[in-house]
Amino acid sequence: MFLHVERLTKRFGGLLAVNDVTFSVEQGKINAIIGPNGAGKSTFFNLISGLYRPTSGTITFKGRDITRLPANERAKLGIARTFQTTHLFEQATVIDNVIIGHRLRTSSNLFDAILRTKRHRREEQACKEKAMEVLEFVGLTGVADRIVANLSQEQKKRVAFALALATDPELVLLDEPAAGINPDETEGLEELIVKMVKGGLTVCLIEHKMSMIMKIADRIMVLNYGEKIAEGTPEEVRNNEAVIQAYLGGSAIA
Amino acid sequence: MAIFEKRRLWLAVLAALALAFPLLVTNGYYLHMMTISFIWMIAVYGLNLFAGYTGYLSLAHAGFFAIGAYTLGILTVKAGVPFWLAFVSACLLTTLIGALVGLVALRTKEHFFAIYTLCVGYIIYLVIDKWDGLTGGVRGFIGIPAPADIGPLSFQTPVAQYYLLLFFLAAVVFIMYRLVYSLTGRTYIAIRNSEELALTLGISTMKNKLASFVLSVFFTSLAGALYASFIRFLGPDIAYVSVMFDFLTYLLVGGIGTLAGPVVGTLLVTFLSQQLQFLQDYRMLIFGPVLTLLIIFYPHGIAGGFIRFKAKREEARRLKLEANRTVAELAASRQGRSERHVKEG
Repeated sequence: MFLHVERLTKRFGGLLAVNDVTFSVEQGKINAIIGPNGAGKSTFFNLISGLYRPTSGTITFKGRDITRLPANERAKLGIARTFQTTHLFEQATVIDNVIIGHRLRTSSNLFDAILRTKRHRREEQACKEKAMEVLEFVGLTGVADRIVANLSQEQKKRVAFALALATDPELVLLDEPAAGINPDETEGLEELIVKMVKGGLTVCLIEHKMSMIMKIADRIMVLNYGEKIAEGTPEEVRNNEAVIQAYLGGSAIA
Repeated sequence: MAIFEKRRLWLAVLAALALAFPLLVTNGYYLHMMTISFIWMIAVYGLNLFAGYTGYLSLAHAGFFAIGAYTLGILTVKAGVPFWLAFVSACLLTTLIGALVGLVALRTKEHFFAIYTLCVGYIIYLVIDKWDGLTGGVRGFIGIPAPADIGPLSFQTPVAQYYLLLFFLAAVVFIMYRLVYSLTGRTYIAIRNSEELALTLGISTMKNKLASFVLSVFFTSLAGALYASFIRFLGPDIAYVSVMFDFLTYLLVGGIGTLAGPVVGTLLVTFLSQQLQFLQDYRMLIFGPVLTLLIIFYPHGIAGGFIRFKAKREEARRLKLEANRTVAELAASRQGRSERHVKEG
């Protein structure tokens, strides 16, 4: 099993943000998580990427229990993510932003930097090459030297993708990649996500744009009030009674 | 490349000016002022590394400055340790204390870190002020020797001391320069930018923050030890909050998170405050509003403002170039079309 989450629960004081969710990410597929606002999707991502510790439950990645592993160690194992707000360094150039993405695969330290050792020069070169490689993959080679603040929202999202890809991941978690993007550009991002999966990556994404999800997702999990209410192919989820009620506002899910 | 060459040229001019300063300005007072600014600059570089590049505002740095200074004083005067050995020990001991403080302090973030370190700084001040037996308390600590000779090099004259401090400043700037443009420096900047993003990119934020903090304390303790051997008298005031805010003012005016900031800010503020000395404490009436305006309109200080101005101009030029190209292409295609029309007609 690739990534498996078993009975995961996260409690913030009296609020059950994620409640007893069991879920598997299938390798080489586009796995989507949907749900109304406040359903616990982002919390779920934060649990998988390691920014939050679960209250109970386990997370295994490629057969290894990573429940207690800090976020940076999980990244080294091959779990990358993007954020809803891209978190980029807006005043720096695109390439300067992306170079740091490969840092986790390097080992030069403070002294290497000051003495500018061979190892440092080699690793710096490797990071630059990696950055150019992923920028080409996301189609941003032309703006590599531009300041991020001057890019369009869609381009910024692509930079965030590139940054995640520079970590050499196996699983990429995308938190609302199409938020704040117009329909034409959304199509471009869809193509990019499909391209990532074709290139051998596994994608897990949160998204509100149903048309996009229904088009590209292989499997969908639906969260509502922190609980999993449905799971299956887009077709199955579309016709699921509980899902329709959750979205259209049924008074109670009987 | 042209920009790089230009920067080299500027650096060479600045270095030449710094080297020639004692020859150009024979006034002993100005030489003294310049030498002391170098000490502040080194301390401010320390603060800049952590506050400017790593994004954590430490308000304990005046305390570390004082620990460096007092350790040198105590080791040379009370323990009779040879000067340079005491000098190195002072820096290392302060750095060690810094590491211990960092281990605890870095468990807090943002404002809480600033408040925590403010308290640490004040505790250091209190210890120095109250521990009469060791530090001389409010009476101060006197008789610290000037830097001992190294072989044929003697540091007894003001000019020699000027060059000694210039050497240390150059070393610190060099290390900072190497660091900022390295993978390690980029790592620090990534942490400043977003700690969450850095974590999910596989960066151990705690380890990197601690390393940055320790190096930053090292620079500041170096400045402290140099201060002790240059002024040769110490009072607990050097650990006080006002010194901390002097450092911060230099950094903010010059440009936080820039390489030139500490030099620009320290020179400008010390020079201005010398010129306004006739106003006594009323100069704060001018400084206060000027500083406030600067923070509002130039949050990245003079150096930062300059860098951004250049970046904007570059971007405008690029856009104009692109627009011109598009217009030219349009015109060319239109011309092609009309020529075809003529032929067909």
